[in-house]
Amino acid sequence: MIEIRNLTKRYGSFLAVDDITFEVEKGKILGFLGPNGAGKTTTMRIVTGFMPPTKGTAIVSGFDVVENPLDVKRRIGYMPETPPLYVDMTVEEYLNFAARLKQIPAKEVKGAMELACAKVDLNNVLGKVIKALSKGYKQRVGLAQAIIHDPEVLILDEPTIGLDPIQIREVRELIRSLAGEHTIILSTHILPEVDMICDEVVIIQNGKIIAKDTPDGLSKSMKGAERLTVVVEGPTEEVSSVASATEGVNSILESTAENGHCSLVLECDFKFHVRKSLSNVFSKKGWSLLEMKVKESTLEDVFIHMMSSSEEEEA
Amino acid sequence: MKNVITIFNREFRSYFSSPIAYVVIGLFLVLTGVFFYLLMSSFLQYSANLQWQAARMRQPAPPVNVNHMIIRPLFSNISVITLFVVPMITMRSFSDDKKTGTLELLLTSPVTTAQIVAGKFLAAFSLYVIMALLTWVYPLVIVFFGDPDVMPVAISYIGILGMGAASVGIGVWISSMTENQIISAMGTFVVLLFLWLVGWFANFSSGAIGGFFQYLSIVEHFDDFAKGIFDTGHLMYYLSLCGITLFLAHQSIESLRWRS
Ligand SMILES: Nc1ncnc2c1ncn2[C@@H]1O[C@H](COP(=O)(O)OP(=O)(O)O)[C@@H](O)[C@H]1O
Ligand SMILES: [Mg+2]
Repeated sequence: MIEIRNLTKRYGSFLAVDDITFEVEKGKILGFLGPNGAGKTTTMRIVTGFMPPTKGTAIVSGFDVVENPLDVKRRIGYMPETPPLYVDMTVEEYLNFAARLKQIPAKEVKGAMELACAKVDLNNVLGKVIKALSKGYKQRVGLAQAIIHDPEVLILDEPTIGLDPIQIREVRELIRSLAGEHTIILSTHILPEVDMICDEVVIIQNGKIIAKDTPDGLSKSMKGAERLTVVVEGPTEEVSSVASATEGVNSILESTAENGHCSLVLECDFKFHVRKSLSNVFSKKGWSLLEMKVKESTLEDVFIHMMSSSEEEEA
Repeated sequence: MKNVITIFNREFRSYFSSPIAYVVIGLFLVLTGVFFYLLMSSFLQYSANLQWQAARMRQPAPPVNVNHMIIRPLFSNISVITLFVVPMITMRSFSDDKKTGTLELLLTSPVTTAQIVAGKFLAAFSLYVIMALLTWVYPLVIVFFGDPDVMPVAISYIGILGMGAASVGIGVWISSMTENQIISAMGTFVVLLFLWLVGWFANFSSGAIGGFFQYLSIVEHFDDFAKGIFDTGHLMYYLSLCGITLFLAHQSIESLRWRS
């Protein structure tokens, strides 16, 4: 459905995307993972026909974006990093414009708008001026614009960036629900996001692909990458021993105790059932679990891990 | 064509959903109104003088030429005032889309750059036409005081519209090069001012260069229209200027994709 072939992009002498090649099958969600400045946006802008590549090309539903940009654009829905909104328009006016811009026949515009609004749940703000909407709603309007012509392919550039946790969850669910009908490329710099919604992952850094895998395969190769912080109300010694005995926990990196709480930093397998089994064993013991969170530094860990393992391979 | 209409509709409505259209039209009518008032009052004084003198000589008052005395200078003034308001009309054209990122929506939709440029130009030009045609009340007022020839008025309007097409084209082109509305407006003003003053430079240079400067002058070409002389050469100048600048706008949007 989407083929990216030897794609290269230079900004002046700066090489932003360096000869990347990958494919996405119909109906799949591909996570395009990488730190800021890795070249994700650049790649997506080329695939959507916003800018031409320096070398290589992208092929969408059999159409080459360099040779037949209009055919590609007709088949793609794109949500840039900042939703491209005309903030003085109402949601309804904007979507009407987007529908016509994407050449939906006049008779079908209304139906297409209704369908898109139902999918992203916008019906209660249709008459509102876009600039008055919350960030989460703006994001949804951006998504509605991308899906309004029912494109075969969706390209979403960091769709959850800048949202609050509830909005993030909603948007992720929304994207999940769009898979199947649409083939999706989604960029992110958040590792768990890939695990939650993607079927495949491509990891890019400094414009180069450093890994292509499924989230499961990735997590297998990433043992020890995830760090969990847990705060439990219970005796430190016992809590530590119970935690380290739990399947998936590799080691305890830190443990501190203060007024009856003990706080641990665990290194675990990159899998979510670790958290579930931890909370189960703690509650069986009658200890309250006060806090559990994934340490934010995981992505760097992944990259350090990836980089070092790719160096090992080369050596 | 449908794509051009889609772009045009959004663009044209956006003028009226922000204060821009009202401010531009208001300012234009006030400025032209002031000049009209000044012209009218000096004309009335002049003709009253004539009548008074005629009465003293016990002779019928000689006819006064309102076309010559009011209409021609009025349209010259209008043409100059457009140089000031056109930058306000076109300043957002592409600049706003570049700044807010909506250009990314336009350029990744199945429309061509030429269609986008055409839609934006037509929207700005339509606002200009509405604004310019609202001045019809001035010639109408004159009908009560004199007997103007209609033809020269109509020809003057053709000149005003031609000049507008050229200056709006320039504005759209400049706005395609910057994401800053202020720079867009200032840049357009500077280019228009140059094309206006270049006729004046022409008076100081001789030969081919002088002739060339003369030819470039956007206001120089208007003189004949204001006199009621229709010359397709002048119209061609305006239309070519419009065509060239829209082509340049197209190239600047395209090259932006290649460069950035
Ligand atoms: N228009 C541009 N001109 C010059 N350099 C750019 C431009 N856009 C992006 N870059 C550079 O290219 C690199 C990749 O950027 P980008 O594709 O936006 O990365 P990502 O989306 O992964 O954060 C960055 O180092 C960025 O500074
Ligand atoms: Mg980016």
